[in-house]
Amino acid sequence: MTDPGARANLPRLSLHVPEPRFRPGDEADFADVTVPPAGSARRPDTAEKADGFHELAYGLIRVLDESAQAVGPWDPKLDPDTLRRMLRYMALVRAFDERMFRAQRQGKTSFYMKSTGEEAVAVAATMALDPDDMCFPSYRQQGILIAREWSLVDMMNQIYSNSADRLGGKQLPIMYSVKERGFFSISGNLATQYPQAVGWAMASAAKGDSRIAATWCGEGSTAEGDFHSACTFASVYRAPVILNVVNNQWAISSFSGFAGAEATTFAARALGYGIAGLRVDGNDALAVYAATRWAAERARTNQGATLIEHFTYRAEGHSTSDDPSAYRSAQESGKWPLGDPVVRLKQHLIALGEWDEERHAAQDKEVAEQVKAAQKEAEANGILGHGLHQPLDTLFDGVFEEMPWHLREQQAQMLAEEEASGRPWARK
Amino acid sequence: MNMIQAINSAMDVMMARDPDVIVMGEDVGYFGGVFRATAGLQAKYGKTRVFDTPITEIGIVGVAIGMGAYGLRPVPEIQFADYIYPALDQLVSEAARLRYRSAGEFTAPITVRSPFGGGIFGGQTHSQSPEGIFTHVSGIKTVIPSTPYDAKGLLIAAIEDNDPVLFFEPKRIYNGPFNGHWDRPAENWSKHPGGEVPTGYYHIPLGKAEIVRPGEALTILAYGTMVHVVRGVVEEAGVDAEIIDLRTLVPLDIEAIEASVRKTGRCMIVHEATRTSGFGAELSALVQERCFYHLEAPIERVTGFDTPYPHSLEWAYFPGPVRIGEALRKIMKD
Ligand SMILES: Cc1ncc(C[n+]2csc(CCOP(=O)(O)OP(=O)(O)O)c2C)c(N)n1
Repeated sequence: MTDPGARANLPRLSLHVPEPRFRPGDEADFADVTVPPAGSARRPDTAEKADGFHELAYGLIRVLDESAQAVGPWDPKLDPDTLRRMLRYMALVRAFDERMFRAQRQGKTSFYMKSTGEEAVAVAATMALDPDDMCFPSYRQQGILIAREWSLVDMMNQIYSNSADRLGGKQLPIMYSVKERGFFSISGNLATQYPQAVGWAMASAAKGDSRIAATWCGEGSTAEGDFHSACTFASVYRAPVILNVVNNQWAISSFSGFAGAEATTFAARALGYGIAGLRVDGNDALAVYAATRWAAERARTNQGATLIEHFTYRAEGHSTSDDPSAYRSAQESGKWPLGDPVVRLKQHLIALGEWDEERHAAQDKEVAEQVKAAQKEAEANGILGHGLHQPLDTLFDGVFEEMPWHLREQQAQMLAEEEASGRPWARK
Repeated sequence: MNMIQAINSAMDVMMARDPDVIVMGEDVGYFGGVFRATAGLQAKYGKTRVFDTPITEIGIVGVAIGMGAYGLRPVPEIQFADYIYPALDQLVSEAARLRYRSAGEFTAPITVRSPFGGGIFGGQTHSQSPEGIFTHVSGIKTVIPSTPYDAKGLLIAAIEDNDPVLFFEPKRIYNGPFNGHWDRPAENWSKHPGGEVPTGYYHIPLGKAEIVRPGEALTILAYGTMVHVVRGVVEEAGVDAEIIDLRTLVPLDIEAIEASVRKTGRCMIVHEATRTSGFGAELSALVQERCFYHLEAPIERVTGFDTPYPHSLEWAYFPGPVRIGEALRKIMKD
């Protein structure tokens, strides 16, 4: 190529490549993150037109203040029992993550992903939905199943790909599918669930149903075309759907700037499509609950879709295959200005006089025991790698409703292969 | 060197030689890629030549095409081959046809690298072998190495090539050759001649297969991981098979294939991808068209099954020694 600087009187262009503020070894300092006071954001009527509250896509809706009081128009005014239930689910998610992460490290399964620091995003949102609303999650919303009181043993069976895994060992661990709890089958391909959620919501509307859909993706995934197609459909057909973007600051090693965060917020993506956009403190369970409740009401009253950015922080590695110390400052998670969602909710309950440290410690023990007991039960059904847990024949089930000749032929070949192999995979 | 280091070295060599070579993709910059294939390149060549991208495969390939149109030689990475599908339109409708439709005014000199294949408990979305989808498209070259030495030489040739190239890296053999016995200890590239990789420049021309084991009894066509699996089976069975590592599927070294099958009179084709409409079907048709009167037995095809890659059952899916051994007995029967 010729020297691109040859036209010497013109200024040279330069390519901007975003760079996160801190790398390993750097002192992390979040002074630049604007955290508006709790209670300061306006709460529009759910019937208000989406262009009437653009500022909410750029601010940060917060309910819990520095002294753990719930303040302002977004306070959902939940009763203490509901708050305690919320806290318990969040603690359970954390205990579940701890235990399954360790199980992967012990070689009991191939893969695991934690949601540490993001528990409120899934748990509080789920509690604000109706139990029969349909969720199209990404891989970090195990909190939905836990808040819908799905069986921990069933989740673990899937993680272990064992004999009781309802998905027959065919899916990567944590890629659950629980239709009876309104939990759509998780895909490993990012953002594909977004247009699907919109389609489900459109179908519900077309049928005159009253159920709505909700979907979640990471901020990194908003770059995928599927995200934008989903927003277009959601806008055009006023689909009764809640589009959640979990901005946990990192997409594996890439900070949110590589998804466009230097230029604008993720909630503001909504504005160009003419749908409602809210930006909420994702570590404030009450704010997440309130925003979801508000969006659900809009959806249920035919006001259309809402995009909610949950501003949060991924406190641990991306997955068991990741080492975050290789790309981010070790102090980041400790310095995150919005705290820890479990601790903040706990403190709120304590401030209300409805909880105390002793009860909390006891509950931590209790949920740990509950998870441990579930693990024992699940492991009785086997763990990955200890022989074959599914009958070999099932490998061909579910490709089509009915098995065509070529799959029958291949199935017979596989079984003959098995006979010949002398491998310890007894057919069951 | 292992295969990751060889691939890294190829990009390093080419970036040093040609300032127009740039590397882009999800996590490839500061972190150096989830498989570490681009480690150290950003520190050495700077952020405008090695950079992270937004997570949008169609964006990555589309932008690479535009950069290519400007005159650069982008080497985009798609983190797993399973995630190349969102980029399909840019690859199939754009990169593949740019030269043809613009009468050569524009070309897409891009090399899309992507780890592919199974055997690492990656489940349905980290295990697929999509090469057949792309060999079906006119205008894209498809390259698949089976050793670190080849990986480096072929990647350099791919980057130098003026056509769009898909460079699929068999991730099961990133760290060592794999003979198909998943329950035996893994080998290491340091003990394999293919692990001897010069640090400097060399290239292996696209379109040239390699006879990895000469033989008289039958011809086995394979590529990537399956070259090693096949070799293991042949050695165990004590058959005098000629094993051909295709190295590039498009352009295909038809002369090497024809010469070998005419000599041996038998042909077996092995790949990990699903069977129906896979690249093996094309190979089988070519051999039948060109060598029919030399064949002493029907062509055998050994492949993965026509199902998605099943997480916990992956070794039942994988075309391992038993499946290949069975096909070997069948083809040698008469
Ligand atoms: C289509 C596609 N491209 C790439 C990947 C590989 N990948 C898996 S997770 C991930 C990062 C996602 O980040 P984000 O959307 O921010 O979600 P988070 O993990 O932070 O929750 C990438 C690149 C994928 N799974 N699917």
